[in-house]
Amino acid sequence: MAAVESYVDHLVQVILYDGRIIVGKLKGFDIRTNLILAECVEREYSSDQGVEMIPLGLYMIKGDNVAVVSELDEEKDSMVDYTEVQAEPLGEIHY
Amino acid sequence: MLIFSFFKTLTDQVITVELKNDLSITGTLKSVDQFLNIRLDNISVEDPERHPHMMAVKNTFIRGSVVRYVRMSAKSVDTTLLEDATRREAKEGKK
Repeated sequence: MAAVESYVDHLVQVILYDGRIIVGKLKGFDIRTNLILAECVEREYSSDQGVEMIPLGLYMIKGDNVAVVSELDEEKDSMVDYTEVQAEPLGEIHY
Repeated sequence: MLIFSFFKTLTDQVITVELKNDLSITGTLKSVDQFLNIRLDNISVEDPERHPHMMAVKNTFIRGSVVRYVRMSAKSVDTTLLEDATRREAKEGKK
């Protein structure tokens, strides 16, 4: 889990088991991948309209639900016009 | 333990990780831990058209529990050594 240490206080994109995508500032984590994210926004992808940004606030995500934690390149991310991005939402993790 | 050690030998090599939500991520293996959580740097996704979700991502942490396959080049594996180690571990397990 030490691999996530460098993401603290950075903008991260978390993919959950059910396919949802949450973006926020990583404030804390532990060995079970439990995460604390500040200023979270859910990014809801859909195939017939742009990405919908849903503000969520401060979240504590239980590790069981976390699939992927990625560090966002803030510069690159701010250049993307997400209202123009259309894609199928990610599938859920199947066993 | 054996597989953990094996993954450690792949550090700094380019590998492809297929997740249980059908997302395939290629990148340089930076670290792996006891849960087989994987940290990849400089990532790209196999099908960016279908999965634009990762376009602003540079590094990613993948939870070991969501990994379906790890693909690596054949030459990065010493098959004979791995076979020997597997047999040795199996033998020790029997004792």
